[in-house]
This record gives sequence, structure tokens and C-alpha cells, in this order.
Amino acid sequence: MDMVLEADRLGKRYGSTWALRDCSLHLPAGRIAALVGPNGAGKSTLLHLAVGLLKPDAGAVRVFGRSPYGDTQGLADIGFVAQDTPLYRDFTAAELVFAGGKLNRRWDAALARTRLAQLGIPPDRPVGKLSGGQRAQVALALALAKQPRLLLLDEPVASLDPLARREFLQSLMGSVADSGTTVLLSSHLLADLERVCDYLIVLNAAQVQLAGAVDDLVAAHRQLVGPRHDGGVIGGVAAVVRASHTDRQSTLLVRTDGPVTDPAWTVRDVSLEDVVLAYLADGAVQTSHSEWGVAA
Amino acid sequence: MIEFVLDSRSKVNTYMQLVQQVKQALRVGLLSPGDQLPKVRDVAQSLAINPNTVLKAYRELEIEGLVGGRPGVGTFVQRTLAGASLPNQAELRDDLVAWLHRAQAAGLTAEDVIALVETTLRATLADDTPQKEPA
Repeated sequence: MDMVLEADRLGKRYGSTWALRDCSLHLPAGRIAALVGPNGAGKSTLLHLAVGLLKPDAGAVRVFGRSPYGDTQGLADIGFVAQDTPLYRDFTAAELVFAGGKLNRRWDAALARTRLAQLGIPPDRPVGKLSGGQRAQVALALALAKQPRLLLLDEPVASLDPLARREFLQSLMGSVADSGTTVLLSSHLLADLERVCDYLIVLNAAQVQLAGAVDDLVAAHRQLVGPRHDGGVIGGVAAVVRASHTDRQSTLLVRTDGPVTDPAWTVRDVSLEDVVLAYLADGAVQTSHSEWGVAA
Repeated sequence: MIEFVLDSRSKVNTYMQLVQQVKQALRVGLLSPGDQLPKVRDVAQSLAINPNTVLKAYRELEIEGLVGGRPGVGTFVQRTLAGASLPNQAELRDDLVAWLHRAQAAGLTAEDVIALVETTLRATLADDTPQKEPA
């Protein structure tokens, strides 16, 4: 399978703090991938490394087989919309489309104009005076005008109201269907992602907790409810991701490697959200205990 | 042309909801052979869902022989699920409406009716239809 983005033990350090550490992952072509994690997990750092805005301190990242840092040639294939969609606020949308044409090797101005016209974005107002949703649409239209093979979006919908968020995702899905662009978008809004993304990368505390195709990840996890469990082996369970206990009952979210047939356990299917939350909660508790110097 | 609707509270995953809606439309005669399914791009955009999800649903329907893709044109219905029973459904429906009015007059609630239909259905059809394995 064609890999669009590959990271191999990738790391980035700010001072003595690792913002991203030992990050190894592969993003296959044609996917719409979600990069999920709490604030400060390293999502933006990973995206900035992928687009060549940051230089790795450890390991390597490759986009279409090339190292992005300092590689202006490779940039033509990457579209990037940074957090809060920074645009030159005094420029109008029409001026931004024109400027993009002067600054890029490959540029489909007609595509951008058509998209913006369909969305009813005024061409002659400074984008600083547009609504947040309209500004996000302008940024997306500009990124798509490059006809990128990989589109990176950093929290594209976080600051938008529900209607603008839906309209943004509609535009994005429509254009992905047309172009077949691979997309990697970071978000902490899980509900939106379940329908949009077919690949998931969970980052927490600077490390990759989980990565894979959504269908595979959901199929490989189950929730077990049964009598109190103290760490023995359960047939069909590869790993316990998260466990909560009362004095007589245990609820486990597990990764399976076969059917769980032990009749003591009630086995339930899980949603993508269940899986993500289990991995995030797990990481948070471990970090907090070690930082406070107390036993877990 | 049909329009897909998603139930966000449903536990059924998105691609299966699309498959079920096409089958439902085939069963009641809303779609018949030769009809075109909505374009992948249009479904992805209007529902704000991954185009791969729509492709997966259409591929599933294709494997079942219900629809066929014509490259560059679209996906078209090849077979109906309405079968020979469709012409008889209108008359049966009228009978059912009359019966439901009688049930209502006799004091049955909607839940009573459903329970009665389900148990009767099981009891009556169990003898001549092989039971399907529960999924």
C-alpha cells in the first residue's frame, strides 16, 4: 500500500520538554485520518513537522518519501491550514486567490473561485471582516487550489459553531470525493470524526497511543463486564486498555486477539469514541501519577 | 433518485445505514432496475461523511448483485427486492389498516399490536420457514 506520511521514532523537543517522542506511524494514501488527543498532546507539533515548519530533534518524518524540512520542492504536494486559519486579514478573498496564484507552482484559481461563489463568500470584503465559518472556508478553498496530494488541517472546526462546522465538513468531504486527496486533520471533537474519518491516530502525552484503520480498531476492542478481576489471563484478550472496579465487579475495555468465550464476562461491542476515550484516560492517569510522585 | 438520511443515535454504523436504506427502497418499490443511486460525491457532501463510506456501501450492494457501477457514469439498480409480492401489497395493506382500526377499537395500544404481530408471526411462520441463525 502507498504510504503518504511515515514517521519513524520521530521526536521534537522544546527546551527540556519533549513535545513529541518516539512517534512511529504510517498514513496510507486515500485515507481521511483523524489526529486525536487533548490540548498539548503534540498534535500541532506533528503537523508542523510533517509540513516542514519544524525540524525533527530525533528520528525522521517523510511525506511522499521526502523529508519535508527545507524541501521547497515537496511543498507543492502538501496543503496546510494552521490552527485558527491565519490569513492576511486586510486582503479580500479574491486578492488571496490571486496572491496564491503568484506564490504557487500549481494553482487552480478557477476551482477556488467556483467553490467560494457556491458558498456565497463575498469576494471584495477583507477576510478579517468575514465570519469565522466563512474565513475557514476561504482557507480551505485556498489550500485545495494547490491541488495537494496531502491536506493537513490543524483543528479546522474547533472554533466554529455547529452549523459552520457541518458546512465546513460538507465542503471538505465533497472536495475529497472529487480529488482523492489524503487528509490528516487534528481535532478534539470526537463526534464529528466518527463519520468523517476512516483512519485514527491517538496522541497523548507526546506519544502515539493508537494508530490504525477505524474499522479494524473498533473490531479489535470490546467492553467486558464481569466479576472483579485482578489481572489474571482472560482467553481472547490481548491487553486490558482500561479497567474500573467496584468491590465485586470489573468493567474492562480490552484489545482482543480472539473471541472472548468465558461465560463470566458480558461482552459488548464498542464505538470509536469508547476506544479513544479509553486510550486517552489511560495515558492521563499514568502521567499524572508519575509527575506527582505517587503510586498509581 | 432517493435521498439518504442518517440516524445519529443509531448504533448501526454509517455504511450499513446506507445499505439498509437502499434495500428498504428496493423492497417498497421506491427504486427499481435502471434507477441511478445518488453520486458518491453528492452523498459525501450532503451528509458530511467520508466518501469511502459511501463507496463501501455501494460495493456491498454490488456484491449482493443489487446494483452495478458504470465507470464514469454512476451506480445503477440492477435487481429489485420487491419481487412478485409488490402488486399484492396494496390490497394487503388495506386489510391491515382495517384490522388495525379494529384492534384500536378493541383497546390495543401500538405496543400491544407489535407484540401480538411478533408472537403470531413466529408461531405461524416457524413451521414452514427455516429459522435464521441470530447474528
